[in-house]
Amino acid sequence: MTAGLQIKNLSKNFGGLQVARDISVDLPTGARAALIGPNGAGKTTFANLVIGALQPSAGSIHLDGKDISSLSEAARVRAGIAKTFQITNLFRHLTVRDNLRLPVLERERRTSRLFGRYDDDEAIEDEIERLLSDFRLIELADQEVRSLAYGQQRLVELALSLALKPRILILDEPAAGVPSSDSHLVIDAIKRLPADLTVLVIEHDMKLVFEVASRIIVLVNGGILVEGAPNEISSDPSVRELYLGAGHA
Amino acid sequence: MTIALSILVDGVAYGMILFMISVGLSVTMGLMRIVNLAHGGFALLGGAFAHVLTVWYSVPFIAALAISVTAVTFLAIPLERLVYRRIYRFGELEQVLATIGIVFVVIAGVNLFLGSTLLPIRMPPEVSSPVDIGFKVLPLHRIIVILAGLAVVAALYLLVEQTRFGIYLRAAVDNQDTAASLGINTSKVYLAAFALGAALAAIGGILGAELLPIEAYYPLRYMVLFLIVVAVGGLGSIVGSFLAALSLGILDTAGRYLLPDMGTIFFFLAITALLAVRPNGLLVKPS
Amino acid sequence: MSRESTIDNVRTSLPIAKTHWPLVFLTLGACAAFLLFPYDLGFMTRILIMMVFVISFDLILGYAGIATLGHAAMYGCGAYAAGLFAVHISPDPLLGLASGAAMGALIAFVSGLLLMRAHGLSLLMLSIAVTMVLQEIASKARDVTGGADGLTGISMGPILGVFEFDFIGKTAYWYAFCALFVILALLRILVASPFGLALRGIKDSSSRMRAIGTPVYWRKVTAYVIAGAIAGIAGALSAQITSLVSVEVFNFALSAEVMVMLVLGGSGRLYGALIGTLVFMTVHHVAASIDPFNWLFAIGFMVLGIVFFLPDGLISLPKRIRRMIGAVR
Repeated sequence: MTAGLQIKNLSKNFGGLQVARDISVDLPTGARAALIGPNGAGKTTFANLVIGALQPSAGSIHLDGKDISSLSEAARVRAGIAKTFQITNLFRHLTVRDNLRLPVLERERRTSRLFGRYDDDEAIEDEIERLLSDFRLIELADQEVRSLAYGQQRLVELALSLALKPRILILDEPAAGVPSSDSHLVIDAIKRLPADLTVLVIEHDMKLVFEVASRIIVLVNGGILVEGAPNEISSDPSVRELYLGAGHA
Repeated sequence: MTIALSILVDGVAYGMILFMISVGLSVTMGLMRIVNLAHGGFALLGGAFAHVLTVWYSVPFIAALAISVTAVTFLAIPLERLVYRRIYRFGELEQVLATIGIVFVVIAGVNLFLGSTLLPIRMPPEVSSPVDIGFKVLPLHRIIVILAGLAVVAALYLLVEQTRFGIYLRAAVDNQDTAASLGINTSKVYLAAFALGAALAAIGGILGAELLPIEAYYPLRYMVLFLIVVAVGGLGSIVGSFLAALSLGILDTAGRYLLPDMGTIFFFLAITALLAVRPNGLLVKPS
Repeated sequence: MSRESTIDNVRTSLPIAKTHWPLVFLTLGACAAFLLFPYDLGFMTRILIMMVFVISFDLILGYAGIATLGHAAMYGCGAYAAGLFAVHISPDPLLGLASGAAMGALIAFVSGLLLMRAHGLSLLMLSIAVTMVLQEIASKARDVTGGADGLTGISMGPILGVFEFDFIGKTAYWYAFCALFVILALLRILVASPFGLALRGIKDSSSRMRAIGTPVYWRKVTAYVIAGAIAGIAGALSAQITSLVSVEVFNFALSAEVMVMLVLGGSGRLYGALIGTLVFMTVHHVAASIDPFNWLFAIGFMVLGIVFFLPDGLISLPKRIRRMIGAVR
């Protein structure tokens, strides 16, 4: 049995269109990987296949040796796969603290409880405080999320997913929409993620990818073009052609 | 056989009325993405004007129809500019409430001037006379309604498919941001669609007065019926509204003929089942 | 729901109940009203019953964000259940309330299995359609319900075997008050529970709730069933106190008025529902007594005024006024 996430020969067809072609990825526990590729390469499709929002046409997904290919999206969350949203999807009218509280309560299977205040469990309250301080959100804890700057909302987005205590965390363009002056906030937060968490970043922003990832997978037309360490990728001629040649510098 | 034919004729006539009243609602709801519960108010106002003109002032029916529809259209224009424009930007709940408020005010207004009794519209006596169409005798009224409905369908088809306004309208229903970026004045398209929908509702209200009698509470009483046509037909779809109106008209009529005791239950159960399977309307498969 | 520019109360978002002032105010208000308006007990009892009904709607609209136009379905079923229970089984009022709650919950569960899958216009239409079907059944099943003539012959025994219903309605008034008090207290516990927070999460983003693994559909069905039970109790109270159930309990106007009362007061806070009901019913009562034919003007303009000028309801009025004073300075 191998730890981490093993994806074997994953394919997905929409009618005649093949949006994922025979993708195999092996992410050992604690890996820091990034998935890059041009628009329409199938990055989001791939992420949706992993989290179970889409069902694959062929192939398998194993988490810590267990086949999770047939599990529903909710069951995969419980099995330990979490994903952040490309466009922040938060509880805008709730406070930052309550935004983090909901995933913790859900993870502890409490949201069906009709009695007892939602803030009366000390272990849970401590965990929320730790999350707030880990993400430097303590001062904002009692503000409604919609009043936060977008960069701060990004941090809440990250913290919310991490509150599920996932084993695999997929970050879908974690810095999308964040002004470059604030992107270091997000990068720092990703760097501080627990070491035993397996992280897969889906990203356009090369600066972010090279700062946080130790392995990079390049996806083109639904299939893997090349995979390797950052320095290998940056010197790979086909990638240079794809990115630099196309004026993405 | 005779019963089947009666159901068909009455159902189609009823469906045509439903279509005329609801098609404007469907287009505006699809276009502006709003929930509008007040649309039946235009049918009521049309009917109320026609009542006053034909009964109080003995204006001939056709002239009364023309005057009433024009009056409703010219009422709809300031209403759109001053009130509805702001409602477009509301959330769904506020739209429901705002348009319920408008319904209440319209009902109270008609009630204030005309009372809460039935408001009959005087038609030429020939209209209620039977006509022999060879194999069956039909009331002329049904035939007029069906012909008027077909004329409206044809006119709408030509308008939407053949004119520049139609192109603008379809573009705006499809995607208003794209339409706006193409230089289409969506605000004018909204106004025109709204006024046209109000005019059609007034025609439907007047011609349909025999089937859906005009009285102050009309917009509340038949609100659900009109909205169901829209929901079943699919928002913004003229063809969908037509098919939905006809099938609902026939379904409801069949229910009344064949299961006089259970007709309404049958009708609403059928609607419930249909909306459960096709939440976005008859023609749209759920994703 | 989507107009947030008008509000800047970012620090005071729905704090969970830490005080018992709403319950105290409710009690003091009920006592004061009892002493001040001894000749309007019937009307004030109707207000209390309607408060129970509107507060149940707050749970699904204000907390879970589920907008329906068919809340009268559960009210009506509760009324018929309690009425039939009194006629055929037992005149005991509390058992009657329980039967109303059970029927309201049952109807909410059966229809909720369908409704809670729908959204937007479909949900509004489906909820109306369900109510219409029930109304048709009630008016056609004459042998059971009395049809259009209404269900009559409801007579009530004493509450707990002690308190007889009296002619001027004192017992009825305090009976309705106690029901409201208990339900308000229970709902305050419910909305401060993990389940209550989950409902608010669903209102804000059901997709995110799904992404964190919450069975959103079942949470919504549960909320709908609880609201249905309370609405059923409201219907049962009305059947017991007026000794009559008519098919009008399923009227669309009732469902619409409940929504109006809730938004008038302010949704998502429970006590907003109480304020909205009080103001709506009073305006309705006064307007109808001044001009019985044109009170709809008052209601219509009141609704439009709220939606256009005070979208967060009357409970946001103090904050609005404070801001206006602040702006003048």
